[in-house]
Amino acid sequence: MSDTTMEMAVPRGPRNAVITYLATTVVVLLLMMVFGLLMRLEQAGVDLLGAAGFYQVLTAHGAGMVGAVALGSSAVMWYFLRRHVELSTGVFLLNLALFLLGAVLILGGIFVGGFAGAWTFLYPLPQTPMGLWTQAAAASFFLGLLAIGVGFLLLYIDIARALIANYGGLGRSLGLPQLFGRAGNPPPPAVVASTMVLIVNTLGIVAGAAILSMSLINLYQPGFEIDSLWAKNLIYFFGHVFINATIYMAVIGVYEILPHYTGRPWKVSRVFLAAWAASTVMVLLVYPHHLLMDFSQPTSLHVLGQVISYTSGLPVLLVTAWGALTNVYRSDIRWDIASGFVFLGVFGWAAGVIPAIIDATIVVNTVMHNTLWVPGHFHFYLLLGVVAMMFGFMAWLTRAQEKGDGFFDRLGFWTFTGGGLALVAAFLYSGASSVPRRFAEHLPEWAAYAQLGSVAAALVILGTLLLALRFFLGLKRVANNVA
Amino acid sequence: MLQSISLWLTILLVVPVTATFLWVAFSRPAAVDAGELATRSYRLRDWTFWVLLAVVTPVFLYTLTLMPYGADPEAEGVQAVNVTGHMWRWELSQDEFRVGEPVQFRVTSQDVNHGFAIYDEDMTLLTQTQAMPGYTNILEYTFEQPGTYQVLCLEYCGVAHHAMVAELTVTE
Repeated sequence: MSDTTMEMAVPRGPRNAVITYLATTVVVLLLMMVFGLLMRLEQAGVDLLGAAGFYQVLTAHGAGMVGAVALGSSAVMWYFLRRHVELSTGVFLLNLALFLLGAVLILGGIFVGGFAGAWTFLYPLPQTPMGLWTQAAAASFFLGLLAIGVGFLLLYIDIARALIANYGGLGRSLGLPQLFGRAGNPPPPAVVASTMVLIVNTLGIVAGAAILSMSLINLYQPGFEIDSLWAKNLIYFFGHVFINATIYMAVIGVYEILPHYTGRPWKVSRVFLAAWAASTVMVLLVYPHHLLMDFSQPTSLHVLGQVISYTSGLPVLLVTAWGALTNVYRSDIRWDIASGFVFLGVFGWAAGVIPAIIDATIVVNTVMHNTLWVPGHFHFYLLLGVVAMMFGFMAWLTRAQEKGDGFFDRLGFWTFTGGGLALVAAFLYSGASSVPRRFAEHLPEWAAYAQLGSVAAALVILGTLLLALRFFLGLKRVANNVA
Repeated sequence: MLQSISLWLTILLVVPVTATFLWVAFSRPAAVDAGELATRSYRLRDWTFWVLLAVVTPVFLYTLTLMPYGADPEAEGVQAVNVTGHMWRWELSQDEFRVGEPVQFRVTSQDVNHGFAIYDEDMTLLTQTQAMPGYTNILEYTFEQPGTYQVLCLEYCGVAHHAMVAELTVTE
């Protein structure tokens, strides 16, 4: 059976909407990767930005990367979910429009207004600019994040509408009846994963909108005081859930694309359903591991953070990573960069959680928190995990079915993979050497790590550039591939 | 010490994960009965789950005995120090300490969030806590070696975050 006959037809409107999402994603990703390289160069001793510029770029890199990855992974989810339920292309495009509006407000706040409060905007830093940014700049940043949040909220509302209309409830689209023994076919993986994502991310976005609104009010009415620990809890709940949801959206591409290559369908078992149901709860409970060094937080929440960090990765990983390995093992799979990236994405996720779980151990966190160990683990499962899964989807949409991959396709894959691994290794080694994160200037003895990190970042950008060119040049093939 | 353990543990776990993915990616020949293969694989997965649970649970419980929380503010025989973070300097009520005597750092902030982190002379991070406006976090630490220690800020706090440094002196 050829890829073409296995694929369902996608009308022109939704097809172009998905392509526009991916094109926007890859452009923002490239820009943010360049920002990342500039930061590593600054830490390596090449004075390009200065301290004020460095922290502005840091703020843009964090916010932009989270946004870009969310945008790209939601395209993966939406594309595959609309095979099963009827989704609104208009709402999908409205989310993109609000994202672009948000991006303009955020970039304007940073590079016109000078805002450098980091993407975490911990209260009361945005309200305490020390003359470096204006009230309007901070407001622009907050409103930008709010616009992006509203867009995603509308998208999830539309997805919830479609799932409820089709399955009769979110419990059913999560597969709970089949999990608890009721007969009948369970929902497909894309439906189960999308249900989980919309439940957790709706709650996350509402929490984020609450603290953003409170911060906006406080900006203009300082008498409206916010408790700094409550603010941290709301911000990290929102931030953790939102970034984790990107993995759970992108992983739908694994469930859908790998079987095309192996010829083995991805079956929904009760273990699969149990894993996704458990993860729905655990993703909401795990965020206290970001506050392990806030000793005023109740100890029970610290312990919860460690317990859930240990357990939350297991269900879906044992289902998805093990499932992917089983699906591929002795399947005579045809490797190209699409299947390669999807498989790499599963590896990046499975391996990346290892240093993350170690860091979530309270006693380890006392010497690793806010060192470069942290970007080490999140670049592992975001760059080599989520971004790889997204690249797999992009490569699959634009694949040349008869010709196969060319030299530059393979060069892009290996440059990105090699650069990504080196980038992560440089971060992790730096973290184990106690190098702080978010420092504009590094000590001379730390410069070598940043120099290696700069070379690695340059390789990642080169690989991404090749893959982006391949994507744009291959757009003409999308219609044939999915029609 | 903890940093080295974390790094080696990461390497020891990531290497077999990598090897498994590579082994599976290039596995040959094609299986005739994929169903039977999947059954065996998922049986192995179930075993792996229980083995992981058996190995990780005692490690997890042991690490909980090492938590840095719950210092007694009324305790006797400790050197109590008030620490306040400001943009961008540390204010300490005392910066000279003795080896072997527990020190309680009572850490707060006058403005935004900071991170109070103690580094030794080799620039190895020894311990830390957050400095938050409106809260006092008590960090207890006993210096084991005399020397000059550095305090760095580990929570981003604005344009001179990286330059927010103080020095502690520890004597015999």
